[in-house]
Parts: sequence; C-alpha cells; structure tokens
Amino acid sequence: MSEKDMKETYEGAGVSPQDQADNPVDRILRQERMPHIWCPGCGIGTTVNCFARALEKLNIDLDNLAVVSGIGCTGRVAGYLKVDSFHTTHGRAIPFATGLKLANPKMKVVVYSGDGDLTAIGGNHLIHAARRNLDITVILVNNFTYGMTGGQYAPTTPFGSIQTTMPYGMYEHQFNIPKLVAAAGAVYVARWTVYQVAHLTRAMTEAIAKKGFSLVEVMSPCPTLYLRRNRLGEGIDEVKRFKEWAVRKDGADVNDVGISRDKPLIIGKFVDIERDEYIDLMNRQLSKKLGDRYTLYGVENGEV
Amino acid sequence: MTTERKGKGTIFLRKEFCKGCAYCIETCPTHCLEFSEEFNEKGYHFPVLARPEKCTGCDICGMFCPDFAIFGITWKKMDKLQAQKNEGGKVESRS
Repeated sequence: MSEKDMKETYEGAGVSPQDQADNPVDRILRQERMPHIWCPGCGIGTTVNCFARALEKLNIDLDNLAVVSGIGCTGRVAGYLKVDSFHTTHGRAIPFATGLKLANPKMKVVVYSGDGDLTAIGGNHLIHAARRNLDITVILVNNFTYGMTGGQYAPTTPFGSIQTTMPYGMYEHQFNIPKLVAAAGAVYVARWTVYQVAHLTRAMTEAIAKKGFSLVEVMSPCPTLYLRRNRLGEGIDEVKRFKEWAVRKDGADVNDVGISRDKPLIIGKFVDIERDEYIDLMNRQLSKKLGDRYTLYGVENGEV
Repeated sequence: MTTERKGKGTIFLRKEFCKGCAYCIETCPTHCLEFSEEFNEKGYHFPVLARPEKCTGCDICGMFCPDFAIFGITWKKMDKLQAQKNEGGKVESRS
C-alpha cells in the first residue's frame, strides 16, 4: 500500500478489519484533489458536503449536471466535485451558466459561488438571471467578506465589522440578497446557515428540483479574515453563534430579512412561487409568431 | 478476527484529512467524540471516539465535516452494506 492509498483509507473506530464502509459523498468528490484548500473552521466544506448529500438524495444522473463557479474561496468548489464543472472569470458564473443552459436545456445547471463574486462584481448578472427566470440554481455562500483576496469589505459585510478596507468599521448599507432576487423575480429563495445541515440539504434538493431561478443563501463562517479580525473567535464559535442568532421564519417578508449583528438572523424558505420559465416563454412567443416554421426548443416528444 | 461492538454504531476517520476544526466534536448529539492526544501529519489534533458505547452512528459528524474526513455509520447499516457487497461479489479484500 503506497503512502497515498494509506491517506485515502478510512479507519474505523472499534471495528473488525474485515468491516469497511465508504463515505456516501466520496462518489461525488474528486478524491485526487483532496484535501482541499479551505482554512480550518471554514464552512464552505460543510456546504459542499450538504450539496453532495443533496445530489445523493435527488438520485439524478450526474452526467446531466453542471456546476459553474466564479472566483473566490467558494469558486474553488467546482474543482472538487466529480461532475461537469467550470471555473469561470470573476463574477461571470451566471452568464456562463445561462449559455450552458440555453445550449443544452436538458442539463441541470448549478451556480456555486460566493457573495463577493455573485452580488458585487456579478450583481447585474444575478438580477437579470432572476428577471429572465431561467431554470438555474444558485447556491450563494455568504461569509461577509472577500476571503481569497485578503478580507476586503463585501456588499454583505454587516455594519460595524472591521475589514482590511474598512479599518474603522463598516459604515455602508448592505445588500439584502433574498429581497434583491425576490424582487427581480426568483421563484425559490431560501436562507440557511451551516449549522442547519439537514435543512440546508433539503433546501438544496428543493432548489435543484424547482423549475426556474432558485437561490439558496448559505451563511458560512470565515475564521481567518472575518472572525479573527472582528475578534469573534474560531469557525466553530460562529457556527454555535448561528444556532443562537438564527430564527426560523418560513415565508417571512423579504423586507425584514436584512442582516445585522444586533438583530436576529432570519432564516428559512422565503419565496416558493410558480412563474413562467424562460425557455417556455421563448417557445410560446416564437411559435405564436412563426407557427409551423418554428420547432420547439428543448422539447422532445412533447415533453420538456 | 472480530472486535467487540459497542454502542449502536461507530465512526470512520481519515485522520490525515482532518484540520482540527472541532465541528464534529461540538455538534455530536451524544458528545462521544474528543480531540486526540497525538497529532496527524499536518500537526492537527484529530477526533477520536472517546465514548464508543454512546455512539449511535447518526452521521451528524459526517454531515458537518468540512474536510470529508469523518462519517458515522450504524452497525445495522454496515452489516447490510457488507451483505450487499458479498452478494454482488464486488468486494475485494482490502489487506
């Protein structure tokens, strides 16, 4: 057995040598790229764990799924999943996913990226993807900061938090991401933290299965650049704080779900509505105008 | 060779993947995990099953682990998997 094999083998506690089991998520991860680069105490790994379990639960063909990531700590996710995955330029994960979905409507497309990538540099793309209601799923990992570039303030940094580019405390207003995408027309909006792993897994399952633009915002600790700078302890301290801080309110008014460190963090499923999807609308309008000259796009045997 | 089974389940661990973040130890519902005395190759303390009689194999540690280093399994499920593997003839000895 080589050194590498040794590293990859699980050791059971108090089990007989003939008893072996495999981690259910191992099949979805690129084992040759493990261990990953995320810091000890970072919650992104937990979100990936939940995502892998959601894919296990959905039992969908992994050849029919693509994961698109932008740049940043969360942008590394695409490289660790054993599905078709793309690591795109900064902020342009959603335009890439839009092209992918339009070229291959059968494919399930998931955008997995961070708050800085999706709401700051790619903010316009997020709004327009939600407006078009294209059938993609966005998993937005919100860690209140730009983790990979050195802790600059993000549009999600709460008031008063100290960041590299906000040394006297954040004084700008924040984005309320569920309100932003719900106003733009998303059909599924939920927010969970890395503490609620079971709920998060279920929300990811629902979001992938939902037809239309769905967004799951995941609150995750950044121990190195957010928590340490604000003297909030280690990653596990923030995860325990999420337990106290978070209040579940399904169907809450999205106007009230803004994040502040003094107010309770509202979590839950905020929006779950039905709205016409982009490809359906395109087919309806073009077949109305062009009649027999138009072949329905992305439709086989009369079924989408 | 068989080892005596304690509790309802157990954990499996890849200790070289562990970064010592304590997610599993702090979130374990029966508090059966603890940090090890020794270090792994990278210099982190990894979790050990300190109270195996309390482990239920609920896999909460596996759901939380950000490094895919640990997971829990019940003895019942392990026997079922083992039987499936033996039937399918896919299992090879791992020695």
